[in-house]
Amino acid sequence: MEIKANLYYSDDHEWVRVEGDLAYIGITDYAQHHLGDIVFVELPEIGGEFAAGDTIGVIESVKAVADMHTPVSGTITAVNEALEEAPETLNKDPYGQHIAVLKMSNPDELKKLMTGEQYTAYCEQAEE
Amino acid sequence: MELRRTPLYPMHLKYDGNMIDFGGWELPVEYKATGILAEHHQVRRKAGLFDVSHMGEVDIRGEQAGAFVQELVTNDISTLKENQVCYSPMCYPDGGCVDDLLVYKHSRDHYFLVINAANTDKDFAWMQEHKIPGVTLENVSSRYAELALQGPLAEGILQSICDTDLKEINYYWFRPGVKVAGIDCLISRTGYTGEDGFELFTSPDKACDLWEAILEAGKGAVLPIGLGARDTLRFEAKMPLYGHELDKGITPLEARLDRFVRLDKPSFIGKEALARQKEKGPERLLVEFEMTERGIPRAHYEVQKNGQNIGWVTSGGYAPTLGKNLGLALVKSEFAKPGEEIDIIIRNKPVKARTGQGLFYRRPK
Repeated sequence: MEIKANLYYSDDHEWVRVEGDLAYIGITDYAQHHLGDIVFVELPEIGGEFAAGDTIGVIESVKAVADMHTPVSGTITAVNEALEEAPETLNKDPYGQHIAVLKMSNPDELKKLMTGEQYTAYCEQAEE
Repeated sequence: MELRRTPLYPMHLKYDGNMIDFGGWELPVEYKATGILAEHHQVRRKAGLFDVSHMGEVDIRGEQAGAFVQELVTNDISTLKENQVCYSPMCYPDGGCVDDLLVYKHSRDHYFLVINAANTDKDFAWMQEHKIPGVTLENVSSRYAELALQGPLAEGILQSICDTDLKEINYYWFRPGVKVAGIDCLISRTGYTGEDGFELFTSPDKACDLWEAILEAGKGAVLPIGLGARDTLRFEAKMPLYGHELDKGITPLEARLDRFVRLDKPSFIGKEALARQKEKGPERLLVEFEMTERGIPRAHYEVQKNGQNIGWVTSGGYAPTLGKNLGLALVKSEFAKPGEEIDIIIRNKPVKARTGQGLFYRRPK
């Protein structure tokens, strides 16, 4: 299972990549692996305002329905629309496919998230 | 509670199954190397091997065995020949379903019933409660392992290691005492996938050898398949699942299984209630539908028409071979006809769907 060093991670298996005040949000390799074959993605609306922990979308695999949360607060500035037509790319390339981009309203929240190293330990614990 | 394991548990570990709690049984939902979608396509295109040892089996013997089974089930078993199989619901006096099952007729005084895993104890208690003189009942579930080999290449694979000409076993017929790779099996041409295929019953201590022999014989053409694809395959082929299309509170007539409810039989449990329902016409009926807006229907989602509740989704999901989001719903009868615009309530929002007929998978002849 792949975990990238330069990202932030949430308890719910989402990753955050920071570019300036923008947060790119996606799901981790662990998440896609546990969901199984992804067949549907519901994206948030651009302009939507969310607090950290809010549900911003839904990911459905053949067998499961999972809420997608945002690990940081902010306003949606873009979504990865290609996922609506090709949701399976989340299985193939979870770190290359963000779900949404947020303009962060409180970048300090990033400090509460896990580093790659911490997240690796977190996943190992979850597997036990 | 400790999960129960089938005799094939070592094979699920060996082939890297993603193990889950399936109604108290530790079984693979999928195998890590493939996953549900690949396994689904594997069975439609080539062949797949399933562990279905969790299914329950009951032996019914004695002079009155036939009369007893005939009273127990809604289908007519009086015309069943030796070595023939039939599908039937088994009902309560009010017409609701105890279970749906397969009846195997060994001889006039020996029948073998295959029942749903989760219902085994309930079914056996029900049968005992209705036992008549001249019948003995035995829950033999732990005496059998059951494997299913399904898919267009199933026959060829099995034939290569089998001492019997499989062409002689027609759809819904069986044969006991068949040797597969030297292992004694009862083989029926039955299944739960919508494909041609076989179900094999054997002794638990031979199950792993049989599993390995079939995988070896079908190398390159057969793969192990988990319960996830078992469900997508049965759903896509519109085969009912107890607890979804059939249940204690759902009659076989509501589920449109009329052809398995033989009201012309002199008597069976539930006949009066079902005859009344047939005469009046059921107030609810099962209907096929396809999503016309983006969304995946799931079991238990509410179904509405013009903002009014008309029923619920019994099974739904992405149908991998058809590439469509399909569902089955139990709705008020007036809406249970093709061409109705309905709403499926997905996460509190109505999403459009249309009822239809023939939307589901049918194996090309």
